Amino acid sequence: MKFIHLTEIDLILASVFVIAMAVLSLFLQLGIFKQIIIAAARTVVQLLAVGMVLKFIFADLHFGWLLLVSLIMLIAASREVMQRQAKRFSGFWGFGLGALSMFVSSFSLTLIALLFMIENKPWYEPQYAIPLLGMMLGNTMNGIALGLDRLTTNAWEQRTVIEGRLMMGHTWKQAVETIRRHSIRSGMIPIINSMAIAGLVSLPGMMTGQILAGSPPVEAVKYQILILFLISAGTGFGTMVAVWAASRYLFDERQRLRLDRLKSSR
Amino acid sequence: MNTLRVERLEYYNLEPVSLKVGEEIVGLAGASGSGKTLFLRAIADLDPHGGKVFLNGDEQTDFPPPEWRNKVGFLPTESTWWFDKVGEHFEQVNEEWFNKLGFDRDVLDWQTDRLSSGEKQRLAFLRVLGIEPSALLLDEPTANIDSGNTKNVIDLVSAYHKQHHIPVIWVSHTIEQLRDIASRIFVIQDQKILPEK
Repeated sequence: MKFIHLTEIDLILASVFVIAMAVLSLFLQLGIFKQIIIAAARTVVQLLAVGMVLKFIFADLHFGWLLLVSLIMLIAASREVMQRQAKRFSGFWGFGLGALSMFVSSFSLTLIALLFMIENKPWYEPQYAIPLLGMMLGNTMNGIALGLDRLTTNAWEQRTVIEGRLMMGHTWKQAVETIRRHSIRSGMIPIINSMAIAGLVSLPGMMTGQILAGSPPVEAVKYQILILFLISAGTGFGTMVAVWAASRYLFDERQRLRLDRLKSSR
Repeated sequence: MNTLRVERLEYYNLEPVSLKVGEEIVGLAGASGSGKTLFLRAIADLDPHGGKVFLNGDEQTDFPPPEWRNKVGFLPTESTWWFDKVGEHFEQVNEEWFNKLGFDRDVLDWQTDRLSSGEKQRLAFLRVLGIEPSALLLDEPTANIDSGNTKNVIDLVSAYHKQHHIPVIWVSHTIEQLRDIASRIFVIQDQKILPEK
């Protein structure tokens, strides 16, 4: 297997393009120069840190390390879900809703994949477990964030409609059902699209990586199909769970719409 | 005897309110922002509140919320419509009532997003009567309606009220209108609900 190492010079060359783009944005007064530089710097620092951590964990195989890393990943993803909401639940559920639904969908599917599909011995070997969980979490996170944002924003904007239905003696489920359906759908559409166009427009990232690293294309394809199915299922289940639980929590025990449980970010 | 009884109801910034409405139309007036709408919302159990509300002796909390709101019909100032056609919002159609407010049966095929605000309000009124409530909470029911139809709405409330002997609370910001309709009038003033002097 042929493996081409990248040198520091290669990376610096790539960064020149980002800097050029940032400078152009400055001239166009887009007001995002700082964000670009910070985001680019974060990419370098975070990925380097992860690389070190992975190197360390791969060398010292221990179940506890895997547990710790997955927990950190879950917390980071849940924070991200929370921060992407224009209106989010205040208190614990702002964080907990995303965390819970990602835990239910991503962790269980990753576990099943490791135990019964990849079947490595031991199943928790970080070289497989961590990238797999990372891909699951990353995609599920997008679906849940989209779905929840749509739900809370729509509930906020359409509160008179929801309450109008409650006034007519409709249950909370009836009152919120249209919004809930739209929210789940908008959380799932990106992943459905990426299944539909996989390989036509672009090669999916994981498969690209494997091919660049020298894997035979058909092996890379098999992995990619497995991953796409897993993340689609994970995103779908996670979004359904999150949107359902959130829509329930928009109402209290007397089926009153409780938008006071939401707060605007920033 | 149908009654709607409010016992030490606490909501918004008002002092606890106790009020008993029998088979009568009771008017409620007050400046805007004084809490008239919130009073009705608490009775319909749309907002958290303290105290108790009884309908014919049965307490609010003993009903599943949708059932309570079916019995205590609430007509908001601004009505909302969630389906494409008017008819989809009606469980039953009393053609006589529709005619009284100037509608034919074909109004049921109308698109809801093309209704004028006056049409919306008259239709919302017919919609809430259609669930045959045992008490009625009307929040400025004639606010967007022309004077001819205002009289028709008032007549229809009186007719429904006479037929079903139900308690009605009618909120209006003009006390003059209430004098023609209500048997008793209350006013919200200084965070209290008091009988009009």
